[in-house]
Formats: sequence, structure tokens, C-alpha cells
Amino acid sequence: MQQLPISTAKAPIVGAFIFKFRLPSGWVLAALLIAMLTLVPVVVVLSSLLTPEREIWTHLVEYQLPQLLTNTFWLVLGVGLGVAILGVSLAWLTAVCEFPGRKQFSWALLLPLAIPAYVTAFVAIGLLDFTGPVQTLAREWWGPIEFPSIRSRGGVIAVMTLALYPYVYLIARNAFLTQGKHALEVAQSLGLSPAVGFFRVALPMARPWIVGGMMLALMETLADFGTVAVFNYDTFTTAIYKAWFSLFSLQAASQLASLLIVFVLVVLLAEQQTRTRMHYTQTGKHSVQARIFLTGAQAWLATGFCLVVLALGFIIPITQLLLWASEVVEQDLDVRYLDFFWHSLALAALAALLSGAVALLLSYSARQHPGLLLRMTARIATIGYALPGAVLAVGVFIPVAWLDNRFVAAGWVQSPLLQGSLMVMLLAYLVRFLAVAHSPIESQMHRITRSVDEAARSLGVSGVSLIARVHLPILRGGLLTAAALVFVDVMKEMPITLMTRPFGWDTLAVRVFEMTSGGEWNRAALPAVALVLAGLAPVVVLTKYRSK
Amino acid sequence: MLTVAMTTYAANEIVVYTARNEQLIKPLFDAYTKETGTSIKFLTDKEGALLQKLKAEGANTPADMLITVDAGNLWQATKLGLLQPVQSKTLLDNVPAHLRDPANQWFGLSVRARTIIYNKDKVKPDALSTYEDLGNPKWKGRLCLRTSKSVYNQSLVAMMIQEYGEPKTEQIIKSWVANLATPPISDDARAMAAVAAGQCDITVVNTYYFGGLMKKKPNLPLAIFWPNQDTKDSGVHVNISGAGITRHAKHQAEAVKFLEWLSSEKAQNLFADVNMEFPVNLKVKPDATVAAWGEFKQNPLNVVKAGELQTAAVKLMDRAKYK
Repeated sequence: MQQLPISTAKAPIVGAFIFKFRLPSGWVLAALLIAMLTLVPVVVVLSSLLTPEREIWTHLVEYQLPQLLTNTFWLVLGVGLGVAILGVSLAWLTAVCEFPGRKQFSWALLLPLAIPAYVTAFVAIGLLDFTGPVQTLAREWWGPIEFPSIRSRGGVIAVMTLALYPYVYLIARNAFLTQGKHALEVAQSLGLSPAVGFFRVALPMARPWIVGGMMLALMETLADFGTVAVFNYDTFTTAIYKAWFSLFSLQAASQLASLLIVFVLVVLLAEQQTRTRMHYTQTGKHSVQARIFLTGAQAWLATGFCLVVLALGFIIPITQLLLWASEVVEQDLDVRYLDFFWHSLALAALAALLSGAVALLLSYSARQHPGLLLRMTARIATIGYALPGAVLAVGVFIPVAWLDNRFVAAGWVQSPLLQGSLMVMLLAYLVRFLAVAHSPIESQMHRITRSVDEAARSLGVSGVSLIARVHLPILRGGLLTAAALVFVDVMKEMPITLMTRPFGWDTLAVRVFEMTSGGEWNRAALPAVALVLAGLAPVVVLTKYRSK
Repeated sequence: MLTVAMTTYAANEIVVYTARNEQLIKPLFDAYTKETGTSIKFLTDKEGALLQKLKAEGANTPADMLITVDAGNLWQATKLGLLQPVQSKTLLDNVPAHLRDPANQWFGLSVRARTIIYNKDKVKPDALSTYEDLGNPKWKGRLCLRTSKSVYNQSLVAMMIQEYGEPKTEQIIKSWVANLATPPISDDARAMAAVAAGQCDITVVNTYYFGGLMKKKPNLPLAIFWPNQDTKDSGVHVNISGAGITRHAKHQAEAVKFLEWLSSEKAQNLFADVNMEFPVNLKVKPDATVAAWGEFKQNPLNVVKAGELQTAAVKLMDRAKYK
């Protein structure tokens, strides 16, 4: 750079600086702060990339990765398609059409969310494997016959689809409900049939919601370990756990996990770039819609379809769980369950509130300051969801323990203060589940267009009252969805709860862990059933709100 | 400063991190508290997570003792410098040499035997002999195995590497894989269910799973076979659940006392009986159900080898396409 005489150079440069970089607003600062906070554990994991574990990598690349990547690819593809098809079709049916049972299905179809996916997996294998009742009965009746194996790629995809479609269902349904009938009516007045209207108008308009739900389901799929372990279906996460638990290298495990995050980040940003040019407008507030009345065969097909999904995703697994639980309920159900229940509910509720508030802040700042910076910030702040839980738990715990040790060394406190505190636990949940809260809120944020603000301002409403009286009511559906999803996810969460809970703060999920890790599936059923019951609470709240 | 810090930890209390499930370990804690008045605070988690937690907490860890299953995990804890040597004649007397750390950083507390289970209707016990023989072509399509991700199988293979060297072990594992009736199964209980249902005829499991299953369904046509009894310097593959004192224990003396108590005759019955494992202390008779399975010769190799060779075993199983 050219050397300039100091006297003349200084003032213009400072001036240009001030001109170009105005002080960032409170919104931007808040968003950046959130991202930094949630990024700490991710950075801890990413820092492993600095010291590669050559020997383990060579082994993995030679003997494992090709198969793992193929398996992961098919799983992501299968589950992605599966949740999109199930989630969107069910959301459309229950939001826009009318058929026998619609009202009950509209909330019941959320229930599979309350059962941890690996529990559904275990039930599926228990029922459908060679030793299960289905094949055993078939052999008794017809002699030896060959069934397609449930422990297969198709089996894993089916189970994960059934466990994860509610993400798409819930978020897409919200979109269809608030989309307003106008667009569809316009389509119909132009002579399009309902079916064509669905594909040409409703579906494209609901895209950010659908993609948001799919992203959640796919991040969960990529981070899953329990379900694929039950099926012994090796994915990328399997390699992460293998490097850590079997080859004793957390280093190599973190490196693999880092690759996973980088991959997900790239996909998320690419997906977001395709969205920036789209604009969404509010086409009338939820007008009490005249639903499309399905009749005859169509109506029964719709009912049948919903019933089959509900049966596979919830009724059959919960029945099996209840049967198992009934065997042990007398010996196992004791007063401690009150504590488990209370701990689970309290943690889930607090985490739901916290994640909802932070996601709202994040998404609001992105709206106030559109642009790449805050879009990136939001993506980075929500990337924790793509990390396998156990790896994230370590990523959270290492900096917390480090801080504690510094405090003790400095003589500020006598014994560790942060670790084993509820605050750290909630922070860890926030890092993991911010994506779950962010997706439905952000999609809903698209509804608040510039013209909404302008109209409000012309009526003299602005500032805080604009947010409270205009924005929040529009966002309410998204906020409730966010809170409900986080609530249920925290109830089910294990690795973070195990690692960061204070002494004695056992939850239902911890209890499920204790039993399943000892292979006692029938005893694990009892806390699992309790977990499902507690998970019903947010579903009821959502339904109440929706039926208003 | 140090003395001030020490006073914040209550006396008459021990803090335990345990990878053993609550229902298997809590009865011991309760019994000890009742006998001595020392209260025990504990936290459960997976082995790998507990080790990382201990490591991150460093000198300020609240934990005095680590209790876990599998010698490999305990070996890993010593490698990470998380445990400290314990000089105790009681422990040396009560715990046989092959079931404790050569440097006395951890001690086995119960023995878990990994053995062969067969379908009585389809297999004559004299057709069975050793683990290696499961790769014999006569078992083609008749063998079920739990996955290679199970630490129990990893340590079994690690011990085979110690006995036979890698090339021969790899051959054996390949021959097992060739005999599989169905892809590897996710847990011991399901592997036995497959044998009972006739999907295959033999499998390899930890005996307490067999005990648990037979208690619930006594009519299943399953029986135990103790392999490698006639082989010199070999025997049934055993692993342990065990414990060590953390390097930065705040209640070191109390924790050592508790560890000694766990190896004593009084506690050993309770410890092993809760999960139908075998006592480490040879003065203690196993639980009646367990004793009924017959006596057997244990592999006399030190279980620490399961840790040292675990990585090699995992890689070898990958090479042999044992999933």
C-alpha cells in the first residue's frame, strides 16, 4: 500500500470508516452474540481438525467410508423423500380438506414425535424380525417362508420416516392453514382443478415451510445414532462413534463430526440462496376457510391413509410399549417417577421458552437487517442440531469445565460453579435445539411483509406496539410450533442430559437410557410411555390453539 | 487455598461416576451407606462420556471413584491419566491378578463370561469345542453373532489376537462371518432369541443375558457351553466390571475403603448376584442360578490386554467385514 503523508491521510480514512461501517444496531449485536455463544461448542469440535489422526483416517477411508457414505446417502435421500411426501400430504389433507376423522387426525398425527425414533426402531424389529410374532405366526400357519428383512436399508428408512415426518407435517400444516384460501380460489377461478391448484399454487407458496421441516428431519437423521445402531445400519455417525468409543480417539471422532457440520452448513446456505429472490405475501388473514369436501371413495382413502400412518407411527409402537410396561409396572413404578416426570417437564418447558425467545430474536434481527451477514449468522447459530448429541455434549462440557477451572484457579470460587448447574444444561439444549425453534418461526416471519408494517404505521402503530399488536399475533402459530417441537425434543434428549445434569436430576430419558443400556427393553418401556404422556401436553396446547 | 477448597467437600461422602446402570449399582451404595453411614452421590452416563467429563474437569472433579464395565474402558482411563494407583493388601488378596490393572489403578469387581449358547434340539454339546471352531464349515448358515460394535466382542477378539496373533485371528473372524445365518444382531438377547426361534443354532453371549432370558422364559431350548476348556493357556473369555480411584479424588481414603468393601465377601455376593455375574473374589460362591451353569476354566490372560488390543481388534474386524 502506498505511503501517504500522515497529516492529509488520517482524516479522510477515519471519515470513510465511519461512513461505511455504522455502529451495528442492537438487533445485529444480539444476533451475533447468540451465534457466538452457540458456536463455542461447535468450534471446540472443529478445533480437532488442526491435528489430524492419520492412522485412524487411513483405516476408515480404506475399510469403512465408501460403505458409510453410500449408506448415509441413501438414508438421507429416502428419509428426505419420505418425510416430504408423508408430511406434506397429511398436512394438506388435514388443513384444507374435509373427511371423516379429520379433526382427530389433525392432532393425532403429531403423536409419533413423542416416541424416540430408536424406540420405534426396536419395536419394529421386535415385531417384524424372524423371531417376532408376525413371522413366527406365519411360520406356524404356512411353514417356512421367506420375508423381506426388516433389518435392511428399507427398514431404517421406513422407521425414520415415520418418526420424523411430524416435523414437516406440523410446519407445513401451519403454512397451509395460514396461507389463506384466496390464492387457491384464484387458481380455481382460473379453471384449475384442486389437484392442479395444489401443485401449481399451494405447494410452491408453502416451500419455505416444507423445506424448513425437511431440513430439521434430515439434520436429525444425520446426527442419529440410536436408530441406526438398532438396525446395525452403518452411517457416517456410526464412524464418529466408532472412532471415539472403539478406537478411543475423540480427536478422530470430532474430525468426522466437523466434516458433517461443514457439509450441512453448505447445504443450508445453498438452499437459502435459492430462497432469497422469492417473496411471500400475506393473502388475507386466516379466513374461516371453506374446506374442500372429499366424498365417497376419496374421503375413505384419506381416512385410511391417515389411519395407516398413525397406526404404524404411533398406535402399534405405543401398544407394544404399553404391553411391555404392564409387565414391570408393579415392580418398577415408584415415587421416584414423580421426580423424573417433574424434571423432564421443567427442563423441557424452560428449554422451549428459552429456545423460542432466542429463535425469535435471531429471526427478527434477520428481518430488520436483511442481507448475507445475518442469514449466515442464523445458519451458524443453528448448526448444533446437525452434530451427534454425544459429540455436542462434549463440545459444551469442555469449555464449561475450562471456565470453572479458571475460576477456581483464580480463587473466585472454591469449587466448580457452572458444571452441573441447570443454566449450563439449558444452554446446551439451546445449542442443540435452536434450529428446531428457528425453522418454524423464520418461515412464519415471511408473512410479515413490508406492506404490513407500512399499513400499521399509517394507522399510527409503531415500535414496540407494532411488534406486540401486529407482528406477534402473526407469528403466534410459528412460536407455538417452535415451543412444542423443542419441548418434545428435550424430553427425548439423552447425551446432553446425561453429561450436564446436576446430581440427582434424572429425567425420564435418563431412565430410558439406564434400562436400554442394560438391554432391558420391557423395563425401558415404562419411562418411555411416561415420556409419551408428557409429550402429549404440547400437542394438546397446539390443538386447542388451532381449533379456536 | 488448597485447604480452604478441601473443606467445601463434605466428609462422610463419596462421589461416584458410573457407567453401570443405576439398578445394578444402587443396591450396593445403599448397603454401604446403611452399614457405614457414608453417603454416596453418583452420576450415570456412557463410559466414553464419563471419561471425557473426568478429563475436562481435571483437578476440580467432584468424582472420587469411577465404576464401569469392560477392562478396555478402565485401561483407557489409565491412559488418559484419570486414575491413581491404590496400595491395598485387601484388594490384592481379594482380586485375582489377571482381573486387575498391573499397576493397581483399577480392580475387577465382578466377572462377566462370554460363552457359547446353543439350541438343545439341534446341537449336541460334543459337537462344540472352541471359539475358533465356530468358523468350522459344519456351522455354515447356523451361526448368529452380535455386531462387532459390541465392546464384548471387541475384547473377545482382542484376547484372541493376544493368543494367536493378528493373521490367524483375522482368518478365524473371516470364517465366522462366512458361517453367519443372518447379518450381525444388535444385542445379546436378540441373538439368543434367534437361536431359540431356529434362525440359527449357536451364538456367543454374556452369561447374565442368558440368565435373564431363561428366568423369563424357562422353556426355551437353550443351553450354555463353556468353550476352550481343553486348550492349554486358554479358557472362557472373561471381562470384568471394575472400579478405580480418580487421580484427583477429594475423599480418597473413604473411596479406597469403599472399594475394599466392594471386593469383600459381604459385598461380592450382592454385587455379582444383582446381575447374575460371577464374583471376582474366589472365596465367594456364585449365586445359585449361576452356579448351576457349571464350573469352568477362565482364560488366565490379564484382561488389560482387552484394552491394549481393542483398537487392533476393531480394525481387524473391519478388515474381515464383520459388521
